Amino acid sequence: MTHLALKNISKQFGDFVAVRDFNLDVKKGEFVSFLGPSGCGKTTTLRMIAGFEIPSSGMISIEGIDITDKAPNQRNVGMVFQSYALFPNMTVAQNIGFGLQVRKEKESDIKDRVKEMLSIIHMEEKANSYPYQLSGGQMQRVALARALAIRPEVLLLDEPLSALDAKIRVSLRAEIRSIQQKLGITAIYVTHDQEEALSLSDRIVVMNVGEMEQVGTPFETYNFPKTRFVANFVGSLNTADAEVLDPASGLLSVDGARFSSSDIKGHKKGDKVKIAIRPERFSFLSEEKKENIVDCTIENITFLGSVVRIRVKIGNTKFDMDTFNRPSLELPKVGEKSQIACSRKAVLVLDE
Amino acid sequence: MSFISRLRRFPFWAWFWFILGALYFVLPLYATLSFSLSWDPEYPLKAYERAFGDSRFWNSFLYSNMLALSTIVASIVLVVPTAYWIRLRLPEARRVVEFLTLMPFVVPAIILVFGMIRIYSTPFTLPFTDIVLMQPLTQFKAGTNILIVAGYMVLSMPYMYRSVDTGMRTVDIRTLTEAAQSLGASWFTIITKIILPNIRAALLSGALLTFAIVVGEVVLASFLGVSAFGPYLFLLGQHRAYEPAALSFVSFLLTWLAMGLIQLVTGGQGQTAGAH
Repeated sequence: MTHLALKNISKQFGDFVAVRDFNLDVKKGEFVSFLGPSGCGKTTTLRMIAGFEIPSSGMISIEGIDITDKAPNQRNVGMVFQSYALFPNMTVAQNIGFGLQVRKEKESDIKDRVKEMLSIIHMEEKANSYPYQLSGGQMQRVALARALAIRPEVLLLDEPLSALDAKIRVSLRAEIRSIQQKLGITAIYVTHDQEEALSLSDRIVVMNVGEMEQVGTPFETYNFPKTRFVANFVGSLNTADAEVLDPASGLLSVDGARFSSSDIKGHKKGDKVKIAIRPERFSFLSEEKKENIVDCTIENITFLGSVVRIRVKIGNTKFDMDTFNRPSLELPKVGEKSQIACSRKAVLVLDE
Repeated sequence: MSFISRLRRFPFWAWFWFILGALYFVLPLYATLSFSLSWDPEYPLKAYERAFGDSRFWNSFLYSNMLALSTIVASIVLVVPTAYWIRLRLPEARRVVEFLTLMPFVVPAIILVFGMIRIYSTPFTLPFTDIVLMQPLTQFKAGTNILIVAGYMVLSMPYMYRSVDTGMRTVDIRTLTEAAQSLGASWFTIITKIILPNIRAALLSGALLTFAIVVGEVVLASFLGVSAFGPYLFLLGQHRAYEPAALSFVSFLLTWLAMGLIQLVTGGQGQTAGAH
């Protein structure tokens, strides 16, 4: 059943449309990420759910109750900010208990809840520390505990890991996900980091210039991008101009090289289309039999740790190909002629 | 380490300028102290005894303190929400308000007091009638007190507004407000529990500057005819020699005491580490 619903939400600032016709139903306990570049409207949408911005049109509801015009302090929505926003004049325990104190809960209940939250974030020993005595990762954990202490209907996270260094980011994102699953709380997570969105979410909403480009599970979003923007933004991608040669068999031509695609519905012979192929979907011919086999020249080889990225030239178009790095790997030399292959399913035809 | 190399590492010029600067402030103070003690070589504290023994001193001093406290409270009530709202919702109004708060530097206090006397020495009537709504403020004591506190609020505005605004700049007011709102806090709770405690040091320095201005102010107090400390000190200086020197020295000590208190309360950490 739908827990949080956004119906036809739009937001305009003067002539600038920040969010256009946004529709989303979120189930209870679901973790949804808004993913997109800066200025795509993801934070504005989150702020509308929090009540810091009022939609120009549309409706937001939680459990069927319209909250569109409710003040932020009457929504029971917890929020975690990029800059932590801990109250500098309060200790960790006071920060976590603040929301409960505002609600005038019993002192003993507040104490118990603060203790419970401190144990969830594994920071019992820091209860009496002030924010300036904590590291960035610790501050963000306290901010998370503070937002969760009030038992919010929805937890909103606005790029909570952007200000942290890479290692802490990875460990904290796992912690956020496990706490969210443990408490079964509905969460909306805003990020511009595709890896974060892919690893955390039940569903991802990819946004661009104020509009939803695609909504789907991380698997769908990564493997079956519907638009060129999604394909480009989520993961690495080779894109190329192609011409439809035979719609019935899915035959395409890229700079004279022939590719066959299973994704060519609705196109006529002679249509110019954009195709996309993920680098990891290519392989050398020897590895397994593939439907598309094309001649290429090796342009460049880059080691990326567990993966080796090989840049090849097919006609005048350059493609990247990723292969796992292993000691037995035999790589061609730069400048050599070779053949690479991919399946029909790997060749996606993109909507513009 | 040898004596020569230690001498080379000694920041000679830094200490030279520091001592020169300190002398600039300390010497006049020393001269005042020395003069105040020279009335009667047999009994050096005579000037102090005379000054503090005068009931007019205590009356005017306490009255000025009362005016200063009222001004501080009224200024905080006016300035904190104003500066807060401008930072939060009306950043475009900031230049205008900053300009307004600087007006006391441009318009002298004498103009302000004449304007006040001109406007508030006639009764308030219902427009187009002779029905009197309120007697002229200058004609009764409470009215004069309101006028003088309002005048002092104007005079101290540049200091109070700037202190508060600077204090708010050092903490992320907008995000803290939103965090508190999402936790269910009302505007009153946000201002009293989040904003005020986090700009405590700024408020204290604004309050101290306001206090210093009000306690020594002469023009407004003289023209509105109130027996405040400023006019008393001024009169005393015209007719006596040693007592004003004694009182000036005591004023210095009081100011330093207040500054020491601020350092103590803020832990000498200023605002950046947060007020805790």
